[in-house]
Formats: sequence, C-alpha cells, structure tokens
Amino acid sequence: MSSSASSQPVVHPVGSARLLWTALATVAVLALLTYLVAFDQGAVSRSGTYLHELMHDGRHLLGVPCH
Amino acid sequence: MPLNTTAAPPFLAVLVRGLLAGLIAGLLAGAFAYVAGEPHVEAAIAIEEAAAHAEPAAGAHDHGDALVSRTGQRGGLFLATGLFGAAMGGLLATAYVLLSRRRRDDDGRSGLLLAGAALLGAVIVPFVKYPANPPAVGDPATIDQRTVTYLLMVVLGLVAVWAGSLGYRSVGAQAPTWQRAAAAVGGFLLVTAVSYVVMPSFQEVPADFPATLLWNFRLASLGTQVVLWTGIGLLFAALMHHERRRRAATALPST
Repeated sequence: MSSSASSQPVVHPVGSARLLWTALATVAVLALLTYLVAFDQGAVSRSGTYLHELMHDGRHLLGVPCH
Repeated sequence: MPLNTTAAPPFLAVLVRGLLAGLIAGLLAGAFAYVAGEPHVEAAIAIEEAAAHAEPAAGAHDHGDALVSRTGQRGGLFLATGLFGAAMGGLLATAYVLLSRRRRDDDGRSGLLLAGAALLGAVIVPFVKYPANPPAVGDPATIDQRTVTYLLMVVLGLVAVWAGSLGYRSVGAQAPTWQRAAAAVGGFLLVTAVSYVVMPSFQEVPADFPATLLWNFRLASLGTQVVLWTGIGLLFAALMHHERRRRAATALPST
C-alpha cells in the first residue's frame, strides 16, 4: 500500500460522496440478488419459473410469501 | 498515507467479509432448514397434492410433474439460503460501513448489534404479523398483495428498531440505563403496534390444515432465520476482528 501512496500523493480521506455511490450500487446489486432468490416469478430472470421452482423450499423456510 | 490506514478498513474489505459471513451463515441456515424444516414441507406438500387431486380446478401450484423434482428443490434449498445469506451479509456490511464510519475504535460490537437489529426488525417483527406459510397454505390469488405487505412490514420493522435506538439516544447518557432502555422499548413498541394495526391481515389457513404441522413448520422457518442472522453476526464480527488485527500489525512497523 505504500507504493500506491507514493505514486498518488493525493489521498482522499474516504471520500464521502464516492463511498455513498459505491454503497448505493452495492445495495442495488444485492437487492436484485435478494429479489431473484426470494421474489422472482420468472419475469425478471427470464428463466421461466425454473429458478422459482428450484428455490421453492428455501423461500418457504425463509418465511417469504411463496404462493 | 498516514492516519487512515489503521482507522477504518476500506469498504471493499468490509463488503467481502460481509458476503463471506453471509454465505457461510446461509449454508448453515440451509442445513438447519433441511433437518428441521424439510419433513414439514414434505408433509404439507402431501396435503396440498391430496387437495389438488380432490378438486383439480383452481389453478393449483403443481409439485408432481414440475420443472424441478422434489430432490432438486431440496437441494435448491441450500442455493436459496446461501445466496440469500450472502445478500444479507453484504447488506449488513454496507450498513456497517455507512453507520459506523464515524467510529474509528470499533470494538466489534457494532456488527453484532446490527445483526441483532436486523433479526429483530427484518425477521421477528414481520414474522409475528405475517408468519411463514408451508405449501398448501395461502391463496395464490393474493400472492402479489402478500408480497408487497410483507416487504412493507420488513421496512416498518427496521423503522421500529431505528425508533428504538432513537429513543435510547434521546435520553441523555447521564440518565440511568433503565430509563434509556425504557425509551428504546417505547419507541420500538410504538412503531410496531401502529404497523400491526394499520397493515392488513390475511387469514388463509385452510380449516382442515393440521395445527401442529403449521406450528412446527413456522418454528422451523423462524429457526432458519435465527440461525442465519446469528451466524452472520458472529462470523462478520470474527472476520472483522481478524482484519483489524491484521491491519494493526502491518501498520505498526512503519510508525
């Protein structure tokens, strides 16, 4: 880490705005993943209902409304 | 770069640990669900299919000649809990970074507290209002409505926990602990009670569905989530502890 610090003398102190955007993007991706596991009926994943059926038991036991 | 290296680990380092903690906790929750929950899912599906054979109308959700066999669905359980766990661990890590970035000397309590808050707000509060349902329970016609209200209840549960922490901090630090705790409980209960009254209820358990099976299934479902969030909290705290020690060790020689 010392080499990158010397080549880039300007170190932002954990840029608040950049951190916020990275966090927002992360939340969006993770929300999509959650959606695919817990709520997708095949319309978004375009897998028909294959993923929906495959994770059927998981949805029931995680307590998400299933059908 | 001087100061910041030992202070707060970068977002990516925290995120990776959250995802990993979530994935492992998710697989553990899957193992719990497999042992404690699958027998009840099987029993409920048997009832569902008996009902479907009795009256083959009403667009029943078919399990017999389905796209995925029952064996596939039992294996898919681990895929579902693993991915769901990873997503939850990632969200916890993100919340951890955003909420605790002002605190440089985190003693490992923040991660545990956040996981506890998530278990209470995103699992237990919604579960009491909309408990998990086994196959054969629930009207397919209301699935969209139930999904939206369930998600709304998760949000309201998290708001309730937030109201609790707001209540705790609204009472000055010099006040006795019981007063701060009482304010926390008050804030939490106020939001929870109002949500329970305002949100619609669904009574869709068939009259002839065995009560013990319903109870056992719901207990197993709640247990799955408890295993998941306990696991995320402990694993995340452990991984972050390790990371902080590693960073402290590498930072020392240069100073």
